[in-house]
Amino acid sequence: MDVLARNNVTVLGPADGQPLVFAHGFGCDQSMWRHVAPAFADRYRVVTFDFVGGGGSDPAAYDPDKYATLDGYRADLLDVVRALDLRDVVLVGHSVAAMVGAMATIAEPDRFASMVMVGPSPRYVDDENYIGGFGREDIDELLTSLSSNYLGWSAAMAPAIVGNPDRPELGHELTEAFCRMDPEVARRFAEATFLSDNRDDLPRVPVPTLVLQCRDDIIAPMEVGEYVAEQLPDSTFVVLEATGHCPQLSAPVLTAEAIGTWLDGRAAA
Amino acid sequence: MLRVNATFLRWTGRPVEAVVGRRLVDLLTPGGRIFHETHYAPMLRMQGSVHEIAVDLRCGDGSRLSVLLNATLSRDEHGAEREVLVAVFDATERRRYERQLLRAHDEARGAEARAMTLARTLQQTLVPPVPPRVRGLTLAATYRPSGDGSQVGGDFYDVFPTGPDEQVVVLGDVSGKGVDAAVVTSLVRNTVRALAVLHHRPSSLLAELNDIVGTHETERFCTAVVLRMRREPDGAWRVVVAAGGHPPPLLLRPDEPAVEVDVHGPLVGILPDQEYGETELRLAPREVLVLYTDGVTEARRDGELFGEVRLHATLDRVGARDVPGLVAELEEEVVAFQSGVTGDDIAIVAVSPTPDPDPDADLGPDPETG
Repeated sequence: MDVLARNNVTVLGPADGQPLVFAHGFGCDQSMWRHVAPAFADRYRVVTFDFVGGGGSDPAAYDPDKYATLDGYRADLLDVVRALDLRDVVLVGHSVAAMVGAMATIAEPDRFASMVMVGPSPRYVDDENYIGGFGREDIDELLTSLSSNYLGWSAAMAPAIVGNPDRPELGHELTEAFCRMDPEVARRFAEATFLSDNRDDLPRVPVPTLVLQCRDDIIAPMEVGEYVAEQLPDSTFVVLEATGHCPQLSAPVLTAEAIGTWLDGRAAA
Repeated sequence: MLRVNATFLRWTGRPVEAVVGRRLVDLLTPGGRIFHETHYAPMLRMQGSVHEIAVDLRCGDGSRLSVLLNATLSRDEHGAEREVLVAVFDATERRRYERQLLRAHDEARGAEARAMTLARTLQQTLVPPVPPRVRGLTLAATYRPSGDGSQVGGDFYDVFPTGPDEQVVVLGDVSGKGVDAAVVTSLVRNTVRALAVLHHRPSSLLAELNDIVGTHETERFCTAVVLRMRREPDGAWRVVVAAGGHPPPLLLRPDEPAVEVDVHGPLVGILPDQEYGETELRLAPREVLVLYTDGVTEARRDGELFGEVRLHATLDRVGARDVPGLVAELEEEVVAFQSGVTGDDIAIVAVSPTPDPDPDADLGPDPETG
């Protein structure tokens, strides 16, 4: 199995630089990092990739059972880290990939030096004494809206990819469109993401962690970010002057600066 | 939101002050908000535009309006985001139709799965669940449905005793596929069992089967080969073979190429009052008789048939020593020849006297009848 092709892995920067691995969240692919990742390529070995099912990953590698839970995505992340034999890794995970990253650092602590969580949430659905921001019925509605939004894609594109192995340009064409995903894959990823509960993982994260919180993030509200920072054994909580759930797109310079400042501070310490 | 038109206010049933100054995402349902944040907003920033995003707007009276959003992002000369122009389309009808389509799609999938289960269940009644164990006889058999197994095929086989040390083996192929073919297959299999009591000779069994299938209301006919086998004191079996419209069985002797048993007869169930020939042979230990359906020889790859030459080559290569291995290998070759996707169903039965059977061996109950 060629993990580098399967996960569409891209590597930038000096080969002897400290590895900086960017993991994308639900809804998009590694192109989310295109305004942030290159800013580190002068001194870090910058790695971006697509989880199987998204972006330019190999559609044939998608296994509905494997990716029904976040464990499948954690396996992807660790596969990429192992394939490049990375050590002393700084892991940057956005949204659900922050939790996937937490799981990865717990599973193989020796490979990771530190972690940056961008807009993390360990649980999206409200629970007793816990506000995630969403009810179970909200998630069901999201799943319905996914079916609706992917309907046109489903009919037009799926047969092209599935039925034309001898026409790889159709698959390539797809990678040109951002945030495209097979509707079944999107639905399963959404279920794995929004019905997950990683609260118990947080105290077990073995590396120092920067929590980047946006103002006005309805997916991962301020209280949730504060909860994450509190639960982590070694955390720094930074509020970005950015709105929405994707500061790497809405405020890429601020995001890169916040990550760079924290990393420089740790290197100097 | 900086500006909205009167239509937007009318659709949402909200006064202008409840809209201007708020964010679009505030008017979405929670599920729509997640979609907005994980798809709409990232795509808009990366591509500068999004098309046909399906969301529901929350209206002033608490109702929901299904809409499609097209949006373009404009930037100033420094690349900073200036404003987003959003065109809103009422999608109530479209969404209703989509929901119907989705429901129909889900129902179709469910129906497909049920049909598949039905076909498999029905198919299982047409062949023995496991090859029966017979004292003094090594028996191996396989049945493989065509394609994805969603259709009931017409191939069948059966092995049953008619007395101490006497067995009947039948293998055949009912024309066509599907439920009405399965009805005839079931009829044929059960009729052969009943006729085997009345007719000692396989040729007269086939003659009566011919009349019964011929007078059945369906247009189906079948091919069949019938063996009546009796064990002899020295461990060999005396075999009487009859065939109707079916490829003759192949006889495999140690270190000799496979040969066809010379037995022929007309198709079963087409013309009345047919006569069937019969051949008798002695099957000694380490000799194998192989029965197969045309799913083997007529397996196709790019218009080319698997054919008798490949069939003989496979049997000669594996040889008479390993009876279950012979059946498994032949099936595997035929499936591989068709790149894993079989165009027709396949049935194969091989019988061979077991050398020096232990007369006191407890074989347990017959797996089907006992």
